[in-house]
Amino acid sequence: MADEENHFLKIEDVSTAFKIQGKYYPAVSDVSLDIHNDEIVAIVGESGCGKSTLATTIMGLHDPAETKIGGKIEFEDQDLLTLNEDQMNKIRGAKIGMIFQDPLSALNPLKRIGDQIQEGLDYHTKMTEAEKKARVLELVNQVGIPHPERVIRQFPHELSGGMRQRVVIAIAIACKPDLMIADEPTTALDVTIQAQILDLLKDIQKENHAGIILITHDLGVVAETADEVAVMYAGQVVEKGSAKQIFDNPLHPYTRSLLRSMPQKDSENDDLYVIEGSVPSLQKMPQDGCKFAPRIPWVPASEHEAHPTMHEVEPGHRVRCTCYKNFKFQDEA
Amino acid sequence: MWKTVLRRVLIMIPEIIILSILVFLLAKAMPGDPFTGSIGPHTSAAQIHHLKEAAGLYNPWYEQYWNWVVHLFHGNLGTSFQYQEPVTRIIGNRAINTLWLAVFAMVLTYAIGIPMGLYAGRNQNKIGDTIIRVYTFVTMSIPFFVILVLGLWIFGYVLGWFPTTGSVSATANSGMATTLSRLQHIVLPGLLAALFGTVNIVQYLRSEVIDAKGSDYVRTARSKGVPTGDVFRHHILRNSLLPIAAFAGYSITGLLGGSLYTEMVFSYPGMGLLFLNSISYRDYTVITALVLLYGILNLFGTLLSDIILSAVDPRVRIQ
Repeated sequence: MADEENHFLKIEDVSTAFKIQGKYYPAVSDVSLDIHNDEIVAIVGESGCGKSTLATTIMGLHDPAETKIGGKIEFEDQDLLTLNEDQMNKIRGAKIGMIFQDPLSALNPLKRIGDQIQEGLDYHTKMTEAEKKARVLELVNQVGIPHPERVIRQFPHELSGGMRQRVVIAIAIACKPDLMIADEPTTALDVTIQAQILDLLKDIQKENHAGIILITHDLGVVAETADEVAVMYAGQVVEKGSAKQIFDNPLHPYTRSLLRSMPQKDSENDDLYVIEGSVPSLQKMPQDGCKFAPRIPWVPASEHEAHPTMHEVEPGHRVRCTCYKNFKFQDEA
Repeated sequence: MWKTVLRRVLIMIPEIIILSILVFLLAKAMPGDPFTGSIGPHTSAAQIHHLKEAAGLYNPWYEQYWNWVVHLFHGNLGTSFQYQEPVTRIIGNRAINTLWLAVFAMVLTYAIGIPMGLYAGRNQNKIGDTIIRVYTFVTMSIPFFVILVLGLWIFGYVLGWFPTTGSVSATANSGMATTLSRLQHIVLPGLLAALFGTVNIVQYLRSEVIDAKGSDYVRTARSKGVPTGDVFRHHILRNSLLPIAAFAGYSITGLLGGSLYTEMVFSYPGMGLLFLNSISYRDYTVITALVLLYGILNLFGTLLSDIILSAVDPRVRIQ
């Protein structure tokens, strides 16, 4: 890419393994990604593919006693994986903000909305109490919550789902972070609210010139917002490229299956495409070879690579394994 | 907040009325009457009839109930068959004894249980937590009365550190000496009761803390850059103490209800022992009074728990 110098989050060969009954199983393996200012990078994949694990790895939220993390996460000239808890606390909330999926459980039920938004400011700024109060009101206003003065004194259970999601966003952007990680920010919301929240995220990004990692399984959301897309399957990135490349020219069988399983308005067929099977559990994951192979059993083994690597097919567009080359869906073959 | 409290108090009025009617009817259904103990073998049936009529025992039940309630409000709960003393005085004496022991045991229970539970939860699976878990499992698997008897034997008889019966030494004459003697009598039973009582608190609190640690809102707090210690103080502590605080209301009931086992093993003249003895001697007036008292205490305990909960948990408050 032309602006190779400009990236400020560079994820290199990151692996995260969880300890299950004394053995480590990788939930994320060898993921490499770059995120730039003013850019929305979407990470797409079905449940259990390692999207959220990658996000919490960047944030350093894993218990070091139960996880093994490898690789490098370069952020503003430091490797996040080498920082200790205190150093990470200076980055979390201040430079990287995270937006969580379920806005009800993500908020402390016993604390007032205003206090929860203010908490980040308490740790990362030297504002006076009055300045913080003003900033909290400004944030609540910015995320489009009506009656800010009343809402900051309310408790999470008194707000609707959409309002709670806005509060979660306000918490994440309180200190104007350079990077926002949004983990399924719209999944718990209905469609009209989804669109509002996505617009809100884009507005905030424009204002703060932040980079956003948008984690989602919703390809509609990706098409609407993302600049770059990384498709993950079983802990690996299987295809990566600009949103245009991924949507116009999807190559990897998994990407093509995902796109095919999306409802089309002009399709004559009422049945949706279904990818047979499911992502194997961590303990049952095939360690070598193409991890998607078991779900496209009609593709002969010779089409796969023994140790699949990423192949650059056009500038910026990369695909894992060679099985994409002659891939046809079962009903087309 | 005050609306919730007011509403809860108003709900209690019909509860108490229904409770008192039930207790009254049950007392009526019990064999015998107030004269059973005071009539000699030569009293004629006509005289008994006369006495009963004068006492209003042939009136309709609601008139009798009303009379009973009026007496109740004058602090007159009748006379005990067994002791030939007003029930209020007997209960009054016992209640003071029970209060001493129970307050001591409860304070000790919470003072030991809460820090232990918090520590175990915070340091899950570390050595300290393992020791605490072994302690709770061992204490839980031994029946309470065995702990009491063992404690009594070791510290009361073998070592002779503490008195083994009663609530206060008969030789204590000055106010100060009485207080000291009282304290001396409650230390061992109170300590043993606390030892047993902490187990529930420790186990409950431990799992609450572990739940809170893994909760989404704690992850949110950490993602704001809140240091671990502050996450614990501001987010985990209060949220996991919530059920314990709510339960405190019910323990108040136990304060006056007394602990049957402890009082029996230590021959401690408290409410629990009084209740047991009244039942074995069929001292109906005392039983009736105690049942009513326990019922009302229970209602107040629930009320207190609800008030505590609405004070600490905003989700419970009525808008």
